[in-house]
Formats: sequence, C-alpha cells, structure tokens
Amino acid sequence: MTREDSLTLLTRPGAARATATLLQRRLLDITASVVMRIIRWLVTLLFVLIAITLLVRSLPIFQRVGALELLRSHEWHPMAGEFGLAPFIAGSIAVTTVAMAIAVIPAILCGIYMAEYTSTRTRAWLKPLIDLLVGIPSVIYGLWGVLFVVPLIRGWIGPAVDGTLGQMLPFFCQTNPSGYGVLAAGFVLALMTFPLIVAVTEEVMRSVPQQMRETLLALGATRWEATKCIVRHAALPGVLAAVALGFSRAFGETLAVMMVVGNVPRMPTSIFDAAYPLPALIANNYSEMMSVPLYDSALMTAALILLVVVFCFNTCARLVIHRLSRREGWL
Amino acid sequence: MSERIAAPIPQASIQPKSLHLKRRHLEEAVFVALMRLCMLSAAAALSMILAVILWRGIGALSIEMLLQPPRGSFYLGGGGGIANAITGSVLLASGATVASFCLATPLALYLHVYARRSRTAIWVRLTLDVLWGIPSIVYGAFGFTVMVFLGLRASLLAGMITLTLVVLPILGRTLDEVLSMAPRQLLETGFALGAMRLEIARLLLRQTLPGLFTALLLAFGRGIGDAASVLFTAGYTDNMPGGLLSPVASLPLAVFFQLSAPFPAVQERAYASALVLTIIILVISLAAHLSMHRLGRYVVR
Repeated sequence: MTREDSLTLLTRPGAARATATLLQRRLLDITASVVMRIIRWLVTLLFVLIAITLLVRSLPIFQRVGALELLRSHEWHPMAGEFGLAPFIAGSIAVTTVAMAIAVIPAILCGIYMAEYTSTRTRAWLKPLIDLLVGIPSVIYGLWGVLFVVPLIRGWIGPAVDGTLGQMLPFFCQTNPSGYGVLAAGFVLALMTFPLIVAVTEEVMRSVPQQMRETLLALGATRWEATKCIVRHAALPGVLAAVALGFSRAFGETLAVMMVVGNVPRMPTSIFDAAYPLPALIANNYSEMMSVPLYDSALMTAALILLVVVFCFNTCARLVIHRLSRREGWL
Repeated sequence: MSERIAAPIPQASIQPKSLHLKRRHLEEAVFVALMRLCMLSAAAALSMILAVILWRGIGALSIEMLLQPPRGSFYLGGGGGIANAITGSVLLASGATVASFCLATPLALYLHVYARRSRTAIWVRLTLDVLWGIPSIVYGAFGFTVMVFLGLRASLLAGMITLTLVVLPILGRTLDEVLSMAPRQLLETGFALGAMRLEIARLLLRQTLPGLFTALLLAFGRGIGDAASVLFTAGYTDNMPGGLLSPVASLPLAVFFQLSAPFPAVQERAYASALVLTIIILVISLAAHLSMHRLGRYVVR
C-alpha cells in the first residue's frame, strides 16, 4: 500500500460523506428556497386576494345602487333596501379626527423626548411602558372608556364645555346627555393610537444622522433649537407619516369604538353626538346580514372602504419611512 | 477633572447671559417640561387603565369564575364562569401563533439569507407593513366570506385561520427586526466557509433564539387580545371548546357580550373577565421582556 492509498483510505470516509452531502445540502438548500419563495408569494398575494374578494362581494350593490349614490346617500334602511353609507363614513371621520386632535401633539412631543432627551437607561424603562400600551387589547380600552371616560364626559366635560364653548359654536353643544358619543370614542382612540405615533416618531428621529445634531450643537444651538431644526429639515415627512399611521389605526379600530360611540346611524353635528363608524357597522350587523338581500354586499362595501383608506394612508406613510430610514438605500 | 478645565473658559470669553440667551434657555425649559408632562400623562393613563380594571374586576373574580363554563342562567346572573372563553382564547391564539410562526420564520429567513438587500426584500417588507395596518375587522370580513364560500360554519378552525392572517404580518415583521440584529459578520463568515444558505439560516435561527421566543410571546399576546377578527369566524358558545369544527368562545368577546347584558351582576362578570384578560397580557409582556434579557446571555455578540 502506497502512502497515497493510505491517505485516501484515511480521508475517504470523510471525503465520501462530504461529496454525498454536498449534493444533499444543495438539494435541501434549493428545496428550502422554493418553499420560502412560495410563502413569499402567498404573503404578497394575500392583500390582492382580500381586495378582490371584498370587491367581488360588494359588486351586487354597486350594480343596483351605484357606487357614488351609495357613498352619498344618508338613508339607512336595510329592510327597505336603502343603503346609504354617508353617515357611517362621516362617523368614522369624526371619531378619527377627534382622536387625532387629542393625540397628535402629545404623542409627537413624547416621541421627540424619547429620541432626543432620554438616556439609554431611562429609555430602557420607558420603552416597555409604551410597548405595554400597544399590547393592551382593544376591548380593555373599550371597557375603560365605558367605566371612566363616559361618566367623565357625562358628568364633567359635557356640562363644562356646553356652558362655555357650546353657547357660541353648535359644534360643542351637549346634544346627547348619555356621554356615549364621538368625544368618548375619540378619547379612547387617542390613547390607543398614542403609542404607535410615539414609536414611529422616535424611530424617524433616531434615523437622522448624528452629525446633524452635533453640528447644530457646535454652532451654539440649544438642544431644543437643534431638535426644532432637525424636525423641520429632516424628520418632518417621517413625523407626518407617523400621524398618518395613527390615523389609519384609529380608522379601523372596531371593538373599543363600538363600546363607547353610541351607534346611531346619523350625521354627527357636535362632538357629543352619538355616531356610527364603519367598523362598528360591520361588527354589529354581521349576524343578520345573510337574511336581508344586498345587506351583506353593503357591509362588504364598508369593509372595502376601510381597506382602501387604510391601504392608501399606510402605503404612503411606510414609503416615506422606508425612504427616510435609508437602510435600504434607493426606495 | 474635565470640569476644572472647562469651567473657566466660557466665563472668560462670554459676557454675562444676554436677554436673548435667557429667552432661548427659557424656551428650552418650557418645552422639556411640556414633553415630560406628556410622558407623565401617558404613564398616568396606563396606570389608570390598569387601576380601573383591577379595582372593578377584583370583586367579581372567583375560583368558580375561572374554572367553570357558564351554566344555563349565566346571563341572568346565575352560576358558572368563563372557563370556556379562557380555553377558547388560548386555543385560538396558540393555533394562530403556531401557524403564523411556520409561515413567518421561513419568510423572515428568506429576507435575511436569500433575498438580502434586494428589491424583493424591500417589497416584501412593505407588504408586511401594509398587511399589519389592515384593520382586523377587514380580516374578519374576509375570513367570513372565505368561510361561507367553503361551506364552513363559524368554528375554531375558521377563527384560527383568520387570526393567523392577523398575526402573520406582526410576527413576520418582528422576526425580521430580530434577525436584523444578528451580527453581519456571522453571515459573511459562514458564507466564506462555504456554508449553504440553508445552513446559514439555521445558524441565524440558533443565534436569535431569545428574540424569536420574545416575538412568539408578543404575537400570542396580540392574538389573544384580538376580537374583531374572531367575531364572525369563531362564533361564540357557552360550551367548552369541542373540536376544530365547532364554535368557540373567546375572552374579549366574553367581556363584550357580558357588558352588553342588562343585569349589573353580569356586567360585574365582564369586569372580572377583563381583569383575567389584562393579567394574561401583562404576564405575557413581562415574560417577553424577561426572556429577551435572560435567554440572551449566551448569544454571540
């Protein structure tokens, strides 16, 4: 036996295994890649699938009534075949706008504070707090609204606002003494969207290059002046995106809103009025929607409106954030 | 030390604070105070929510409440509990978490090992973000339509599938974030040593195990709290969960239905159910937080 042979013999078990597994490894690798590709396509197509399904299901009512008429009409009498979605759209917009009016400024300030003023140590305490606020289920927020916000509005805020602002503006009249209404829903929603806006604002502020901060401070700006400059020149689109994300979250929120908003299908004229947002409409009526003709189609239209609005806001906001955070470069 | 050197310089070179400078510092102080106030009020709101739920819920909470399904006259104030809803919720959420984990892990690994920094990866991330933003009621309506199309009744299976759709983007994006925290050198070294992409993926998984576990817990918490998607698809029943094809109760819906009952005794139960739900969520959040720190001790950094 030559030296060569003995060497081959010595290494052969290993060598044989290596060649065999190289093929196996390749095969495994390719199989995995195919599986992953399939999953990727499934996830990508999910949105399209949802949109098409909802569209197909809402087509019957489009053909019968017409899409514009459906969006404009105020009459909601499912038994008589009248499906006007205008009060519900108005309700959704009213509730979301009130929520944004309450939440946006404090949330942005908090986001700025988290990004610019906290030490790593403080942040380690604050971050879980914000995350916890995100994690609380919407039904808990709703229950808190029923137990705390509604009595507060009924007993204190309602009479106080009615006595002062309500005399001048019909917008602030206490038309509805129960306390269940747009303001209560807006308050609950404000608290629910708050952590989202804070988190996104913080993320955006952090993605601003550190050199900009250092330059400003070196030029003699105070910390707040530096922050103002950063927001104005670098982070403003991102902050707006954060607000848009908060808006779309509030727009689609169901259970918490449904519990405190009063659910009356009417155009709200005052912030104390009861309203009936789109998600609440879907959630409240699903059980009877199969028994009345075109009812299911009307509800699917409501879902479609939600999807379209949320999709537009979300896509724009996410594109802005992706572009700002620059991790991916060119998008 | 540094103070001793730095202190005399500004006093020597700058004149006493001008009015202008004072105003600028005042502005700074005002806004910092304002920001602190906002942070504080957020913390106050959170503690107030927890306090209100605890205070109202603790009175109605009992062992019977936790361990028994509702009896016949439950919604009139009779005996029984919410065991059906607790088991139902846990089943729904764990089914959805497992299913979406099976889909989200390959997806996240695909983004990090196969499609690294390509156009595809960006689009997939964007899709996940958009899917995350879709309201769960829309998923519910979609799930309901598919369910009717397939001829299924409201059932555990349908609820799980719909909930999977809700949890999938959340889990996918969180896993993506977790994986992106793994050191890049690890991947590059692996590739340089001639490892297949799949082997690198396995390595990454082991490396990010604590983060993975945290993401799973968070997804479970999100799943257990979601109500709008299971409203149509899982239905509601007073019986314990019977099988994949029978309807199940869930905790958020139990809170909702009990609250809308006209009897104060039943509404009390809604508070207790809400307390149970809140405690579950708090425990999960705490576990997620701890696991991130405890399990992360052996990870190569």
